[in-house]
Amino acid sequence: MQAYVVRRLIALIPTLIFASLIVFVLMRLIPGDVIDMMLAQNDIATTQDRAAIEAALGLDQPMYIQYFRWIGGVLQGDLGRSLWLNTPVTERLAETLPITFELGFLALIVALTVALPIGIYSAMRQDTAGDYITRSFSLIMLAVPGFWLGTLVMVFPSVWWRWSPALVYTPFFEDPIANLSHMIVPAVLLGLSMSAVTMRMTRTMMLEVLRQDYIRTARAKGLSELMMIVRHALRNGLIPVVTLIGLQAPLLIGGAVILEQIFVVPGMGLMLLEAVFQRDYPIISGVFLIVGVGVLLINLLVDLSYGWLDPKVRHR
Amino acid sequence: MSEATASSASFTSKPAIQTSPFVAFNLRLFREKPLGAIGGAIFLFFLFCGVFADVLAPYGVNETDMVARLQAPSWEHWFGTDHLGRDVLSRVLIGAQLSMTVGFLAAGLATVVSIVLGIASGYFGGKVDMFIQRFVDAWMIFPDLLLLIAVVSVVGAGIPQIVIVLGLLYGIAGSRIVRGSVITVKENMHTHAAQSMGARTMHILVRHILPNIMPVVIVLFTVRVGATILTEAALSFLGLGIPPPTPAWGGMLSGTGRTYMYLGPWLALAPGLCLTIVVYSINVYGDALRDLLDPRMRGSR
Repeated sequence: MQAYVVRRLIALIPTLIFASLIVFVLMRLIPGDVIDMMLAQNDIATTQDRAAIEAALGLDQPMYIQYFRWIGGVLQGDLGRSLWLNTPVTERLAETLPITFELGFLALIVALTVALPIGIYSAMRQDTAGDYITRSFSLIMLAVPGFWLGTLVMVFPSVWWRWSPALVYTPFFEDPIANLSHMIVPAVLLGLSMSAVTMRMTRTMMLEVLRQDYIRTARAKGLSELMMIVRHALRNGLIPVVTLIGLQAPLLIGGAVILEQIFVVPGMGLMLLEAVFQRDYPIISGVFLIVGVGVLLINLLVDLSYGWLDPKVRHR
Repeated sequence: MSEATASSASFTSKPAIQTSPFVAFNLRLFREKPLGAIGGAIFLFFLFCGVFADVLAPYGVNETDMVARLQAPSWEHWFGTDHLGRDVLSRVLIGAQLSMTVGFLAAGLATVVSIVLGIASGYFGGKVDMFIQRFVDAWMIFPDLLLLIAVVSVVGAGIPQIVIVLGLLYGIAGSRIVRGSVITVKENMHTHAAQSMGARTMHILVRHILPNIMPVVIVLFTVRVGATILTEAALSFLGLGIPPPTPAWGGMLSGTGRTYMYLGPWLALAPGLCLTIVVYSINVYGDALRDLLDPRMRGSR
């Protein structure tokens, strides 16, 4: 197991290098006129001129020096300062990341509570009406855009029943009830869109497991259907589903950006959007770094848990 | 393309797709996957609406009529009118045209990028493969929408930018699927035979590899049309896609129109519903295609 962990960690290094290059190149694609725009848009225009901004972004240095300087700062935990607020990017991230994390965590709970039972049910009743209905539902959920669902939830309850979702954010530790009553609507919408893929995967995997000999044996010795599922089928069927949760992490973050905007959740997604409209590049690259490293870590954890759940994987 | 594949069919053993001509294939699709065929038909309907939107639209797309503001759906305005008195049906039709244009162009570009990267990586292998694959690894850890938001913030909003960015984004992500299929085809007997007869690399790629990865490529393209349409809508919704007053489906659900939805809830329905139906129908069609053309990809996405 130890050797497996070390192997996985070493495999991360080239990915990290490429990822940092992608973020770097993306940010350095800024053409000159965006600096003009910054000068026109931001308050700092009065105190700083073009050369100062170029120097602040390090744009007056050769590319490779810019890269090493930037990566050096990143490794020391310095992500630069917001061009707009002039606060350290790390500070802004520390404020917004937990909020997005809460949203994602709630969404994951919703997704699993919806997807697992329905996926299992669908597999056990393969090719019945119930199976068709749940499968069509999951296909529809794949096609329904989250921003449309969000819009519908905002508009129709308000028109029909004069009720609309809460839009004021309260920190969890200040008032958990108020916090959850705000977060629950976007979390449910995000969770539902995630549940579609998870449901399909659960069904496929369960179908595969249910055809195995040991399931037939369990059935033959008269084990109840429920025991058979819980004790034998789930244990093997759910391993790939765990992987899928890792693969869906980027999807979850993308969905969070949209839902945070609709429901005014002051998380990382909303901060990113504001930064894009204000051309606040240090914030954008900071969000990218956090998300990139976060997704890599989640994938690493998933890989490791995979190795732990399925001994065959470790020895490859 | 069809000439090249037809002549290769005469000496390669059994290329997957040429054996059934287009019509016969669709008949088979209709027989074996009725749901998929219906999906394809619905998508064709929207494609038709998009292509002939200029003729079909009963009113001008930006034709305002302050007397007929925020009217509920009626015989004159099937989908109602918005806060400027513009006919929603006309705007949704032009929106279909936009979505289809972006979807097909971006998915086409994505497919070309996937093929080039996938063949380079899968056929040549070795260091090239290592390099490309680590890059794709790194690329895939960033959420699609985040990459798009960042790139659009640099290159600006507009149809050409969106098409290029979406094409590159999904092209890089899809190259892995093409690569897998190239590696399989590379080990086929007819490829080895051509190699040992001293055929030029280009000849092998065009005559042996490409025709045999076509099933995967077709499925990939189909699925990508849906994905790019959906992503473009999300971007336009966020105000980063196609700028107003151009009636992109995503854009129609955001911006100033949003405040008027409480007075005219029908404004929230048509664009989103069309989007859902289009993406759903092409997904169902793509699933059916995949089952028929390439059973190994079943269940993947």
